[in-house]
Amino acid sequence: MEIIQLFEYEFFRNAFSSAFLMAISCGLVGTYIVSRRMVFISGGITHASFGGVGISYFFGWPPMAGAAVFALIAAITTENLTRKKAIRNDSLIAVMWSLGMAIGIIFIYMTPGYSPNLMSFLFGSIITVTHLDLALMLALTIIVMMFFTVFYKVILFVSFDEQFAKTRGIPVMLINYILIILVALTIVLSIRVAGIILVLSLLTIPQNTANLFTNNFGKILFWSVVIGFTGAFIGLISSYFLDIPSGGTIIFSLVILYLIGRLVKMVLVMRRFTGAGTATAVSNGKGPVQGL
Amino acid sequence: MRELLLSLRNVSAAYSGKTVLEGVNLDIMPDDFIGIIGPNGGGKTSLLKIILGLLNPQSGHLKYNIARYEIGYLPQISQFDDHFPITVNYVVLSGLSKGMHLTTRKKSETRDKIEKILDTIGICELRNRPIGELSGGELQRTMLARAIISSPKLLILDEPNTYVDNRFEQELYRILADLNKSMAILLVSHDVGTITPYIKTIACVNYSFHYHPSNEITNEQLKVYNCPIELVTHGPVPHRVMGEHKHG
Ligand SMILES: Nc1ncnc2c1ncn2[C@@H]1O[C@H](COP(=O)(O)OP(=O)(O)OP(=O)(O)O)[C@@H](O)[C@H]1O
Ligand SMILES: [Mg+2]
Repeated sequence: MEIIQLFEYEFFRNAFSSAFLMAISCGLVGTYIVSRRMVFISGGITHASFGGVGISYFFGWPPMAGAAVFALIAAITTENLTRKKAIRNDSLIAVMWSLGMAIGIIFIYMTPGYSPNLMSFLFGSIITVTHLDLALMLALTIIVMMFFTVFYKVILFVSFDEQFAKTRGIPVMLINYILIILVALTIVLSIRVAGIILVLSLLTIPQNTANLFTNNFGKILFWSVVIGFTGAFIGLISSYFLDIPSGGTIIFSLVILYLIGRLVKMVLVMRRFTGAGTATAVSNGKGPVQGL
Repeated sequence: MRELLLSLRNVSAAYSGKTVLEGVNLDIMPDDFIGIIGPNGGGKTSLLKIILGLLNPQSGHLKYNIARYEIGYLPQISQFDDHFPITVNYVVLSGLSKGMHLTTRKKSETRDKIEKILDTIGICELRNRPIGELSGGELQRTMLARAIISSPKLLILDEPNTYVDNRFEQELYRILADLNKSMAILLVSHDVGTITPYIKTIACVNYSFHYHPSNEITNEQLKVYNCPIELVTHGPVPHRVMGEHKHG
């Protein structure tokens, strides 16, 4: 089997491990993001981090460290200003989004002599994952997993109805901040896998696929991890055999899985209609279409 | 026995410096059943939020003899996203939380409590439904279950009759009358006529706050209280107590 042979290469083992770890982190954190409709916020954090990449290049620091600092600043600012309602949320996010990209590009072009591989930041380069990256991904994944297992209910209650959660004495602010920090860190470490432009899809497509079949927060958490990992694995392998950048193939696989999900759901809905025996020709035709 | 649960002294509410309610003086006793009435924007919800600690008072002070988690709360229609992926079970369970934990110790105890409350409210068969698939009334019942499952000492309801049908509304008031044997209730409603038979006292909230220590109120009194609410309401409800009748 050629696929088994791939594991003889260290770069592939590393890529596989990082895909596995980030599928877990992104699956869990992404469920929070999608359920709470924070996709746009996450986009802002992702793109703001590019500013950190640019500044790091200019000063010769590790780019991922700069990205992490910028992502954390963006995350905490959003959380802070949202609570105070000081500014319309979406406008603020748009500003962070573009400001981060602007700072990034300015500093990268001001960096003398050396022009870094921009493509790998924008679209990911999972085959260049280092041991340090892997160690950080492992640490983050363990923290995220522990937090989501131990405080599963609290996270659910706060995400669903913050005001009510406050009346029950849940430290809502603290939970919100911890979660937004985990979101920022997950995004930064996922940039390796999918790049700034594609990262958002790791945090949203598996969740939406799972959400086709269940409306249970816990089940979405679990299935997002499974779907995310499946997509990443298929993407990795096709990237190798087709010689295409992995960021693209991973996202493409996730989208295919999503479409298959839709198809399966359509069939299930149709079955239910015909199985019930009460469906008329009209509702038979309409049912699944409405689902789309 | 009749120990004060909570008292408000000269409390006022404001949003970004703009006062919306002032001069609230209120003592809440364990067996109180207070109906809070007032026009839209009068400050009813703001008053409840101050009591719940969700809004800081602009001035005045509150004295609590109960803990925060001993207050049950049913918010005015959705302050949350009603397509959030959560089932009725878990919504009701959230009413049992106390800080980072649950008030119940054992899993079986938790399950029994949920079972019992769903039965009382009549939504047993909905327990595994995601809230996005509920009707307005079913959602409102779920919220009621969440509010009362912890057997609070004070129950705060912000227009619980929104969306519920007439039959359940009567049942709702029966349930509340029963609960009132063991807890104080603050009930906000637009429909003074419907609630008067069930409540014990009335508070009128319209920028100012007036407490009326009886459940009978006349249009003249409402005027004095600066409460532009229509007493004679739509539709014939058989056993409505009307202050008007006594005067006539
Ligand atoms: N978050 C807010 N920011 C600014 N002003 C607010 C806010 N919430 C309420 N207000 C204002 O405070 C006043 C009182 O509002 P409140 O919600 O307490 O009224 P209410 O009596 O509950 O009305 P309703 O019957 O419509 O529920 C209103 O004028 C409202 O516009
Ligand atoms: Mg209100």
